[in-house]
Amino acid sequence: METFWFIAIAIVLTVFFILDGYDFGTGIIHLFFAKTEKDKEVIAKSAGLFWDSNEVWLVAAGGLLFMAFPTFYASVFSGFYLPLIIVLWLIIFRAIGLEFRGQFHFQMWKDIWDKSFGISSLLLALFFGIALGNVVRGVNLGGVEDGVSVYEGHYFFLPLWNSSFSPLSDHPGIIDWFTIIIGLISVVTLAIHGANWIILKTNSSINGKLKNIIFKLNIALAALTIFSLVVWQIVNPNSLDNFKEKPYLIFFPLIYLNGLIGLFFIKKLRKDIHGFALSTLLILGGITSSLASLFPVILPSVNSVNEPLTIYNTASANYGLSVALTWGFIGFTLLIIYFIVQKRLMGGKIDHMDYGH
Amino acid sequence: MEDMIFYDRLQFAFTITFHYIFPQLTMGLSLLIVYFKWKYLRNKIEKYNDSAKFFMKIFAINFTMGVVTGIPMEFQFGTNWAKFSELTGGIIGQTLAMEGMFSFFLESSFLALFIFGEKLMGQKLHLLTGFLVFLGSWASGWFILATNAWMQHPVGYEILENGKFVLENFSALFTNPWLLPAFLHNQLASVVTSSFVVASIGAFYVLRNKQVEHGKLFLKTGVIFGLVSSILVAFPTGDWNAKNVAKYQPAAFAAMEGIFETEEAGAEIVLIGQPNMVEKKLDNKIAVPNILSFLTYQEWDRQIVGMDKFKEEELPDNIPALYYSYHIMVGLGTVFMAIMALAAFLLWRNKLYTSKAILWSIMFLVPFPYIANLTGWYTAELGRQPYLVYGLLRTTEGVSPTVSSGNTLFTLLGFVALYMLLGLLFLVLVGKTINQGPKHQTH
Repeated sequence: METFWFIAIAIVLTVFFILDGYDFGTGIIHLFFAKTEKDKEVIAKSAGLFWDSNEVWLVAAGGLLFMAFPTFYASVFSGFYLPLIIVLWLIIFRAIGLEFRGQFHFQMWKDIWDKSFGISSLLLALFFGIALGNVVRGVNLGGVEDGVSVYEGHYFFLPLWNSSFSPLSDHPGIIDWFTIIIGLISVVTLAIHGANWIILKTNSSINGKLKNIIFKLNIALAALTIFSLVVWQIVNPNSLDNFKEKPYLIFFPLIYLNGLIGLFFIKKLRKDIHGFALSTLLILGGITSSLASLFPVILPSVNSVNEPLTIYNTASANYGLSVALTWGFIGFTLLIIYFIVQKRLMGGKIDHMDYGH
Repeated sequence: MEDMIFYDRLQFAFTITFHYIFPQLTMGLSLLIVYFKWKYLRNKIEKYNDSAKFFMKIFAINFTMGVVTGIPMEFQFGTNWAKFSELTGGIIGQTLAMEGMFSFFLESSFLALFIFGEKLMGQKLHLLTGFLVFLGSWASGWFILATNAWMQHPVGYEILENGKFVLENFSALFTNPWLLPAFLHNQLASVVTSSFVVASIGAFYVLRNKQVEHGKLFLKTGVIFGLVSSILVAFPTGDWNAKNVAKYQPAAFAAMEGIFETEEAGAEIVLIGQPNMVEKKLDNKIAVPNILSFLTYQEWDRQIVGMDKFKEEELPDNIPALYYSYHIMVGLGTVFMAIMALAAFLLWRNKLYTSKAILWSIMFLVPFPYIANLTGWYTAELGRQPYLVYGLLRTTEGVSPTVSSGNTLFTLLGFVALYMLLGLLFLVLVGKTINQGPKHQTH
């Protein structure tokens, strides 16, 4: 039952990163590469039409996590207090940027909200990557000082960084050189994803140039990926154990690899959707591989005093989980129906779609 | 420790107050939008369709604000009230997750379809999407109220040795005697707000002599919906809720009614007075004898337990705030009934559109239903103190064990600054939409 809900929530969360990921990425591309007003407008629109329906997946993931793994929810949300609240502010800034840029037609107004949209998107991509880095690296559960827990064993509090910026310290901070690398991977991945989305959904004048950019970003991504795999071994020496024990899990890294290799051929792809599909594989593979390497752990402990958080020691009681199964099934079915209806109605290029203003 | 809880509570109070400005409008407004659209399908008069689309624009702005201020609410359970989340997540996680999966998705998907899809779908399907938006927003209210009802009056649970609440009976969450009256009261109050908003925009158009035909329609619709809802919000639903408080939270009831001393031969109802917490009495009191006993139990001389019969640690920790919230809500509710009755009378006599005084009043009264809604919620939440889960889990026990008060103050200040900006932009945007008016639909 715990495993089932773990998988269900992982799916919802991955869908969130795939969907909202493209509008984060769109913001990153918008910040660095959109030059003419026409491009800026249409690229902002390709995110603006969709961001709110994408973010409901975050709300759903949050709700389900709360229901199924309340101890994990409590521990992680209070432990990562500052970055989470900052993420909330960024989400708000991004939304304001998208919703307000088209409201008044003078340049200064648009410039302000374009920057708000772009910079928040960039920082969100970075922060989500850093968050993944933290989960993979582990935290000082129980706030252990000299072998003694300061809090209950499943609580912790991370500062934004510590003086050494090192993941190997006994008191790792949220930002250190390892989590920064994962953050950069996230930024590059989502930038590629966003660029593919722009190519797919718009006729912007930079579409041709974007393929070039994707190609270059992909080289950077390949380098970062290899580098991160090496340092990951230093930070968490057990990271490959799961793959050795259950060789079929290798399927997930292969998904990632497939996306990575495929994107080197971006200029030769016949259909725009193929590029988008490949960057979707990157996100899907990246998240699932990380989770698979940890399973059944969901938050490792960097000390030996307290046990890591697993799906078993953080889950709700069985009755609740099975009741939720019933309504969850109905809920998921409805989600998929809404999703299909929406994609059909909003299909194709969106350049001339009225934004309701 | 005290300080830490103070900032956590203040942050939750501030962010939920700001958040609830938006859903209280959208829930009620969706009902009026469905009404306009349905009328249009029956009479084919264009201005009804214009109205439905115009208010859906206002709805959409509010919905966006509701989404971006709503995500922090869900997060804060974990960030600031971690211990509470850990102990009760197995129960209220159910209703909160259902809210996300059923209502939020429904609302956001079909809102987009309503706005973009009129030509694509045809009129009947357009009405259906409007109805589904309404359904989504009311279902959202239902699940949130179910969550709150469980905190006010916990049911269907079992407490384990480690203090965790475990769900024992799922359907009890929805048959909770607290839920239905609270839900109806809340939804009707939301209809009051949106009726005032609709009528107020109508009054603005009529007074400004611009888009007068639409203005008159807004006024008429707003006044009729407003009259019906402001009566129903008091009787029977408000009354029903008060009886629930008297039954399940007698300490909160005594505090909100300002009953410091138990009156054996029937309790008076306080109209005016300021709680004096030093001398434990009301200053400058104006009260009517025996009415409260009658309203609560239909017996003139029934005893109502006063605050003197409860231990300090069972009483709400901010009695004046609770008392004022409740009395402001009730007082404003009475004003709404009076003004809407007067407006309806003038409407019936065909004098409403020329009665400047009442049009001005309706226009400027628009902030007050918001205040009444919020003070109503303050009454519920302050009354629940000093508990998070009434009688079982104290507020001091629910806070995050690892987050320092310095960090909470920092984020609170950040939220205040950001929400000020957000509020300003919201007003600019709504003002612009109202200024354009329903005639300037972009098709």
